[in-house]
Amino acid sequence: MKTSGKSSMLKRVGSRSAYGKRKAGFPGNRRLATTVLLVLTVCFLAAVTIMGYFWQEEAVRTDFSRKNLPPCVLYPFGTDWMGRDMFMRTITGLSFSIRIGLLTAAVSAGIAFFSGLAAVVMGKLVNDLVLLFIDVVMGIPHMLLLILISFACGRGFWGVVAGIAFTHWASLARLIRGEVLQLKQSQYVKIAERLGKSRRYIAFCHLAPNLISQFVTGLILLFPHAILHEASITFLGFGLSPEKPAIGIILAESMKYLAMGKWWIALFPGLFLVVVVLLFHYAGQSVCRLIDPGSVHE
Amino acid sequence: MRLEAKGLSFCYERAGRQILKSVSLALEDGERVGLMAPSGYGKTTLCKILAGYESADCGEVLLDGKPLKEYRGYCPVQMVWQHPELSVNPRRRLKTVLSEGDFPAQNDGLQSHIEQELGILEEWKERYPSEVSGGELQRFCIARALGERTQILIADEITTMLDLVTQAQIWDFLLKETGKRGIGLIAVSHSPELLSKICHRVLKLDETNI
Repeated sequence: MKTSGKSSMLKRVGSRSAYGKRKAGFPGNRRLATTVLLVLTVCFLAAVTIMGYFWQEEAVRTDFSRKNLPPCVLYPFGTDWMGRDMFMRTITGLSFSIRIGLLTAAVSAGIAFFSGLAAVVMGKLVNDLVLLFIDVVMGIPHMLLLILISFACGRGFWGVVAGIAFTHWASLARLIRGEVLQLKQSQYVKIAERLGKSRRYIAFCHLAPNLISQFVTGLILLFPHAILHEASITFLGFGLSPEKPAIGIILAESMKYLAMGKWWIALFPGLFLVVVVLLFHYAGQSVCRLIDPGSVHE
Repeated sequence: MRLEAKGLSFCYERAGRQILKSVSLALEDGERVGLMAPSGYGKTTLCKILAGYESADCGEVLLDGKPLKEYRGYCPVQMVWQHPELSVNPRRRLKTVLSEGDFPAQNDGLQSHIEQELGILEEWKERYPSEVSGGELQRFCIARALGERTQILIADEITTMLDLVTQAQIWDFLLKETGKRGIGLIAVSHSPELLSKICHRVLKLDETNI
């Protein structure tokens, strides 16, 4: 126990000096700069989500007088073979994907957080149950379980959401369980136990604050998974209905036209999907940095 | 309350080195006992067993004749550790350290009295543990351990990292406070001068006990 305490101290010192080095590249208050960039990122993602939400009608409007146009001033992302505006379709698709991704990643991470915490705090029976569920979910091939759950829940939006949410929590739950096991050995948790604090107090006041960075990182790593699985299950025909302008459907459709030289149909939606995923990644990292008490003065 | 240890033996791993071999000691109500031994002789281990953090391989710890394990909830034997930076959650503000102590609302004079005597400033409470010095942090740990229901305080080299003036201040306060409330004290230190000054008697863990 003593050695683990020492090594964690060393780690803390090490990470702080790494922050110190990076700080040199940033003029002014690093914390402020991070906050501003984070707010801009969140604003951009929110704008895409809201714009896409209101363009749902526009995005499916067909007009054969303007079909297969390459990118131009009026249609910056071009149009497809049915004359639909690819810019609007891309934004709507991203908005749809962000909403599904956020919902499923949040539900998944929530399940992981509480099951991982409960496994350690609530005794042996709960621990065995959680481990059993983790093994079951991780033992069955991902895609198969996803299709089964989605199909059982009647496909469509809620089918996809349930399928992704119930298949993606297992590895994060295992990670959080391991972290909680280690935290439970720390001196301050043992002191709290001797001070007569309840299991619930220890779980939510001592353990939970230390799990936030794992939780946020896990949430963000779940997000691209969720979008990509949504796209693949839709591609296979067990997910969203084909008239929905989801990014997965756009990409699947564009495959047929890519060989015919219509590069813009695949390029811009794909590019923007990557941009959104990267922005989420950046937002997650910034949040991690801001909530780490060691960085308060940077 | 009377704390009694009977024939405590302990080793960390199965068939590992025997750290404690049938150690017995008794602490009368309100008594102050010093504990001295070279490094590695099991002082901290003994403290952990006496405060209920570890259970001994054989032997027992009795508090007023009742095994310490049977006390549920708040443990009347509280221990202050040598390393304050490991004793507080690095992700929580320091005011939460004080709120963990046993300071009921109807007796709020106790907390402010202890804070004042230990020199805990109001502005430190909003900080994180990494933002105060080790000595400042240790004061929070001492305050936390001195809750209302504490009957016996175990101090495991709690002032080793402090300068002499601060050491004197803290021990002066602890002597006054434990004397006033009749709290028993077990103090561990490498300094025989300190122990002889603050304790009624000094015990040495030696070859026969390890």
